[in-house]
Amino acid sequence: MTGAPGRPAPVRRALANGAAVIVQEAHTTPAVSLNLSIDAGSVCDPASAPGAAHFLARVLDRGTSRRSADAIAETCDGGGVTLGVHATRHTLSLGCTCLAEDFAAMVDLLADIVRDPLCPEAEVEKRRRQILTAIRQDDDSPAARAIERLNRLLYGAGHPYGRRVKGTAASVEGMDRGALLDYHRHRVAPSALSVVVVGDVAADAAGDAVAAAFDGWQAAPAPPPDVAPPPAAAGRRRDVVPMPGKAQVDLAYGFAAVARTDPTYHAHVLLANVLGQYGMGGRVGRSVRERQGMAYYAFAGFEADRIAGPLIVRAGVNAANVRRALASIDEVVAEMGAEGVTEAELEDSRRYLVGSLPRTLETNAGTAAFLQNAERFGLGLDYDRRLPGLLRAVTRDEVNAAARALLAPERAAVAIAGPVAADGTEPAAADGAKPGAAAGAGETAAGAGETSAGAGTAGS
Amino acid sequence: MRPGAEVRSETLANGLRLLVQEVRTVPLVSVWCWYRVGSKDEGPGLTGASHWVEHMNFKGTKRISRDDIKGSIERYGGFWNGYTWIDQTTYVQTATRDALDQMLFVESERMHHCLYEPADCDSERTVIISELQGGENDPDTLLDIELTATAFKAHPYRHPTIGWQSDLEAMTRDDLYGFYRRYYVPNNATLVVVGDVDAGDAMRRAEAAFGAIPAAEAPPRLRATEPPQLGERRLTIRKQGTTAYLKVGYHAPAVGHDDFAPLLVLDAALTGAKGLSLWSSFRGTPPQRRSRLYRALVERQLASAVGGMYAPTAHPFLFTVSVTAAAGAAREEVEAATLAALDAARDEGITAAELARAKRQLRARMVFEGDSVTNIAHQLGFFATVSELDTWFDMPARIEAVTADDVARVAAGCLGAGNRTVGWFLPA
Repeated sequence: MTGAPGRPAPVRRALANGAAVIVQEAHTTPAVSLNLSIDAGSVCDPASAPGAAHFLARVLDRGTSRRSADAIAETCDGGGVTLGVHATRHTLSLGCTCLAEDFAAMVDLLADIVRDPLCPEAEVEKRRRQILTAIRQDDDSPAARAIERLNRLLYGAGHPYGRRVKGTAASVEGMDRGALLDYHRHRVAPSALSVVVVGDVAADAAGDAVAAAFDGWQAAPAPPPDVAPPPAAAGRRRDVVPMPGKAQVDLAYGFAAVARTDPTYHAHVLLANVLGQYGMGGRVGRSVRERQGMAYYAFAGFEADRIAGPLIVRAGVNAANVRRALASIDEVVAEMGAEGVTEAELEDSRRYLVGSLPRTLETNAGTAAFLQNAERFGLGLDYDRRLPGLLRAVTRDEVNAAARALLAPERAAVAIAGPVAADGTEPAAADGAKPGAAAGAGETAAGAGETSAGAGTAGS
Repeated sequence: MRPGAEVRSETLANGLRLLVQEVRTVPLVSVWCWYRVGSKDEGPGLTGASHWVEHMNFKGTKRISRDDIKGSIERYGGFWNGYTWIDQTTYVQTATRDALDQMLFVESERMHHCLYEPADCDSERTVIISELQGGENDPDTLLDIELTATAFKAHPYRHPTIGWQSDLEAMTRDDLYGFYRRYYVPNNATLVVVGDVDAGDAMRRAEAAFGAIPAAEAPPRLRATEPPQLGERRLTIRKQGTTAYLKVGYHAPAVGHDDFAPLLVLDAALTGAKGLSLWSSFRGTPPQRRSRLYRALVERQLASAVGGMYAPTAHPFLFTVSVTAAAGAAREEVEAATLAALDAARDEGITAAELARAKRQLRARMVFEGDSVTNIAHQLGFFATVSELDTWFDMPARIEAVTADDVARVAAGCLGAGNRTVGWFLPA
């Protein structure tokens, strides 16, 4: 790996049951990160049970035939380990970092959880209540609402991308233990599993430990989920979620771009970086935040998986500035669609993306996520060494062709959530969107992501 | 080797403290520049000044244009950011080792040569008000700010780092520039370099970048002390929303106090250990399923989430417990169960098993939070700024030495009803 010169190469082995095991030694700290990924995300939810993958993720580590929920919690808590079990659109994943001395115990635990969950009735009820609360919290979040509506505009309400990963209150109310165990039986199989280990271990011994924990697992291979591509963009679409008690509006503006396997994927990564990431949010951030002072965050993100993923521009603005912010985003998008990027912009973004690889790979968890991604898309164990070349090989013509094909305001989907009227404008009499009380316990200069202390709640 | 022996410390003639640690596992260097100024140093009418100043210090300098102060490090694949909190303001850049001189140049310019163009001050005013309003969209954040403002009456920890909106609307460019000039002086700063460097060489490069900046009058230091709280305080926010949130805040000792480590252990037993890094440890969920409050609230379906916050601070701040009420749970029951769990810890302390688990959790979290040059450098600068470096180096031993009796003593002292503020956010 480029992350650490002198580090041995990662080692991959395929188990007879179809599972893949990848181990990367890294001895910076006496700790190990484990990352398990199963191709069983919410795109596999039965049409009758949206949210099944997410519900299973919440219950998966709450009891097996051999271990009670308390025993699992004791193993994790006793080692200072936070075990994250998450459903995304495409994967069900388990991840944690533990002390090296706890590695064997954690491998044994994770294998048990993945292979033999009991989903006890009482745990299903407790996690149901937590999920329902989380859905209500999302209902109250302008950012969550805007992104959800944008995805619905781009993919359609019946498409897995057009639904919430968490499902709906009704679907969560309607699922029982049997539905979750069915989902596990049909979707969680060794052929869909890859296990990545990065940290202070000996590669051979660690690989043996993982293999021993999963080798005896036999389950019918899961049929690959059939996920339709997004419909063709049918002109400008817009959706508004009035949330009168809120202080600020969230805008989500985007397009369905390309799949991870598309030959123009890296051209789109560079395009998104120039559009809404480089510096303080790329061209979007320069216009909306830096030049006009309208938003604390204004940036673009692009994520692609098995089907064309969304390229999303996001901004949080005062209700009075919605029109102006949208006009600015339209202007930036139209200009880039028509004229493309400059050679200097492209070179800056290329250098950034290539140069950031060592940071991406510095931590065990970062390397594990990178290797897991490479495994999922068949990119190879040497992907970290090939990636700089792939990025450098992208030409300006290729980026500009991607921009021309994708970026046109007349094809954009736009979602607006916050203290606005149903037509997206500022309400004539602001009813409750009062300025006054303040926010923020730990602050940052950057728009997207990094911040520090806050006294929030946490839970899983 | 004594704790901290791997860190080299020098002070330049102008008072700038340099801390350098060689970590040669990756070809990266992290540079942090810390200033001993935070929102507690802001007087009436100037709340939010230190945070706004932080934003202005990304707006260009005499020799670096506004766009380049962000982009110059990204060309090396680098990452930059900054944050402000109650005691400190800091700037970070992490990039490949060949960017070291450029990173030092940016920080030296930021210390002494920022421009504060009036038009930039105006456009940043609305950016920060947008930041404030974005936070206000989150009921938990709103409640936290109001609870803190209720818990303090004399100490400026009472106002939020982002400031009150009325102050943000009224502050002038000269207010900001004056604040910058007063606090951004080498004798009020610590520069930290951690990564793939030769320590002596990095020291020389830092001196070349910063040595010519003159020392200045020592910035004023806050003398306010919060008087003891004489009785429970309460507040209720009623606002549109879907979910109820409860917070209970107790005045709690500063990081330098002997009771800090026992209270950290108590927090771990009550809500799960976070670790000690504001930068890397306070996001995400701690290991907490066996913790007292998780079992009393989440497992009993009264809450969907619980959290604890006891951060290292220069002056006594708060230990805060946060609860997200479960959909349909009765408010009275949620509060009664929360206070009962806290009162039980106050009256009986924690068990030997809880003590052992909490200490092991903290030991593990401190290993996990040292997983990158950025995170290692943060801890050095943070403790040098907010307390003393030795406070950080000694912390593992202080935690290890904590006994159940220590925890019982600090719990009895801290978790009294008269020392607490109870706040609710209720959906209207």
